[in-house]
Amino acid sequence: MTHQKEKIGKQVVLPLSKAVEISVKSIKTRLGRSMITASGIVLAIAFLMSIFMSGSINKALLEKGSAEVRVQLQNIGGEEQVKQIWLVVLSLLVCVVGIANAMLMSVTERYKEIGTMKCLGALDRFVIKLFLLESGFMGLFGSIAGALLGGFLITIVSSINYGLEVITKFPIVGFLYYFVIAVILGTVLSIVGAIYPAYTAARMVPADAMRSEI
Amino acid sequence: MAEENVVRTRGVKKVFIMGNVALEALKGINLEIKRGEYISIMGPSGSGKSTLFNMIGGLDKPTEGKVYIDEVDVAQLDAYELAWLRCRKIGYIFQTFNLIPVMTALENVTLPMTFAGISTDESIDKGVRLLTMVGLGDRIQHKPIELSGGQQQRVAVARALANDPAIVLADEPTGNLDLKTGKEIIDLLRKMNKEKEVTIISATHDLKMLDVSDRVFWIRDGKVERVERRADLDLNIGTVEGE
Repeated sequence: MTHQKEKIGKQVVLPLSKAVEISVKSIKTRLGRSMITASGIVLAIAFLMSIFMSGSINKALLEKGSAEVRVQLQNIGGEEQVKQIWLVVLSLLVCVVGIANAMLMSVTERYKEIGTMKCLGALDRFVIKLFLLESGFMGLFGSIAGALLGGFLITIVSSINYGLEVITKFPIVGFLYYFVIAVILGTVLSIVGAIYPAYTAARMVPADAMRSEI
Repeated sequence: MAEENVVRTRGVKKVFIMGNVALEALKGINLEIKRGEYISIMGPSGSGKSTLFNMIGGLDKPTEGKVYIDEVDVAQLDAYELAWLRCRKIGYIFQTFNLIPVMTALENVTLPMTFAGISTDESIDKGVRLLTMVGLGDRIQHKPIELSGGQQQRVAVARALANDPAIVLADEPTGNLDLKTGKEIIDLLRKMNKEKEVTIISATHDLKMLDVSDRVFWIRDGKVERVERRADLDLNIGTVEGE
């Protein structure tokens, strides 16, 4: 019986390439909705990135900048930093809740679609796979956009404060380092936010999903 | 072979709990359906025919009693085996068509084949063949929203047949269609039934269905009230309701 079960399990499949294709298509078709969801991630990651980069730029200026700028920077206390960490944590939390909310809406909207897929032989984990991939892609693109936006804006703000030295002494290594961290964090958080909605979607009995008239 | 039971139910009961009230939707259904038959389950709304349909399709489990599909007790199957059954053994057609809106007609038809592990090339070939067979050979790249109701239902018929199932279950397949298109879908189902020898079970209250059914199960208040063969039916009903 166990052997037979394994065999049957393997006969119902959803290759990753196909799952990626379906989830990307789903994002594209609902572009407006996807962009609203992704904008939450863009803003949170832009905020995170700007705080990372402002630290990185200040450090670069302290090391290599002119005497005038260094004096200006030494006057900024450490208290500011503690406050900033709090802000980052809060904004990321809001971002996760926002994504979970958007994905739950998307599940409700697609009850019938999920039910239909299950009738066609989809396993629970296919549904989970599709929703997590969809959210992961939105997180990835949203974070890339957010990190670029945040990095760009903080560079401009710093230039206004400390002059064009910021551009010539721009910490490019620091930027790349924080860019990767921000993108990974944004993607992971989007996937975390989608776990509960995806699980709710997958557990539905097809008959219940088909009954709902939306 | 012809005498084999493809669906058999034994004392199927279903109770829905709504708040403090227990509602008995099915009160012990016994029926046998043979391979290659064209069956209509008739009954007014609320008679329990959709519930029975869900039981036969493995979409819901009975509170009491057994449902056998190809002599396998559905209640004994785990999630994998149920998914396999839905994927390979049963094709579904719904009143509201239920195509996946983000996919083209062809992608809708190939999806069950993807689940069944058939290669992309092979499933596209077969998808095109099936869509041509239902008369939509020139519309394979259209999205559901670009198709009429009748055309969407044809895509659904092609999708239901994708993995060569033993049974096609149709829940009010003509419910959302006008008289003429509904007739076309019924003729298409009958044609598939003859050509592919697939068993068709359709829950309906469309009297046009009677003309083509081998047998009709009349359901009332959660029980099989009577079973009629086509020869015994009073076909006058059909002509009054028809054109």
